[in-house]
Amino acid sequence: RKNVEDFTGPRERSDLGFVTFDITADILNGKNGLQIIFDWNVKQLFLYLSAEYSTKNNALNQVVLWDKIMLRGDNPRLSLKDMKSKYFFFDDGNGLKGNRNITLTLSWNVVPNAGILPLVTGSGHVSVPFPDTYETTKSY
Amino acid sequence: WPGSGGVCGGAAMDLFGDLRRMNKRQLYYQVLNFAMIVSSALMIWKGLIVVTGSESPIVVVLSGSMEPAFHRGDLLFLTNFHDDPIRAGEIVVFKVEGRDIPIVHRVIKVHEKGNGNIKFLTKGDNNEVDDRGLYKEGQNWLEKKDVVGRARGFLPYVGMVTIIMNDYPKFKYALLAVMGAYVLLKRES
Repeated sequence: RKNVEDFTGPRERSDLGFVTFDITADILNGKNGLQIIFDWNVKQLFLYLSAEYSTKNNALNQVVLWDKIMLRGDNPRLSLKDMKSKYFFFDDGNGLKGNRNITLTLSWNVVPNAGILPLVTGSGHVSVPFPDTYETTKSY
Repeated sequence: WPGSGGVCGGAAMDLFGDLRRMNKRQLYYQVLNFAMIVSSALMIWKGLIVVTGSESPIVVVLSGSMEPAFHRGDLLFLTNFHDDPIRAGEIVVFKVEGRDIPIVHRVIKVHEKGNGNIKFLTKGDNNEVDDRGLYKEGQNWLEKKDVVGRARGFLPYVGMVTIIMNDYPKFKYALLAVMGAYVLLKRES
């Protein structure tokens, strides 16, 4: 985790977090209650991994680190290892340093052929702590 | 118009014949009927606005930035309840300050303060970068006040009619003329 100037956003230094993760998900397996998800009225699932945490600046922060579109007919099993986040994990401020409780959750948006658009959160989630110091060497 | 042809001229004569044969009372009745239909439609629309809390509860998708989920011409149904928190992953419809065009994208970052103050960032599923380039000059985040509503349901293709009417105004006028003529001349048996 580094403290870096975010050139895409507000012109102040903010914490930038680097997270690597594994995702194993079996969308067809009834164990997670996801078995009936890919029925005739489901066009696609928009899956996303979000990090949720609290900081001094903000009571609630949510940052989407990674997303994937899974169309009906695609392989419903996800087995991703050592993934780097797709998007920059910038905090609004310096709240990642020493933050012990970053919760990563996998959620998905069901897009039907026609009808309601539900947002579902997976039942598993992981807590990730950030160290107390910044890294000065390039490790990404 | 000169040179229109015999068939068009014949139909026009029938129309005028019909109109003259109706007496004043029938004409007023038809007009009132028409006004009632328009008022009912408006009431239903206003009712939807109240029930959903959104100033525009039904919107048409105008661009391909959310493909393959939504395509140009799809219809979206929105709600905008005040107590609904804005969370990552939700599909929101928002307007950039000063611009009229509603944009349908997904929330990818949320920062909420203890007092309920929320700022968030959006990105179209089909876009490589987030929406900061679309916001106002110097604006980095969206706020609750920019939100028109959250997408709760959707119907494919249905909104194409609105897009066609927008791109081809002659089609819109022709449609209105036909509808108007039909309603005014229809006899209730």
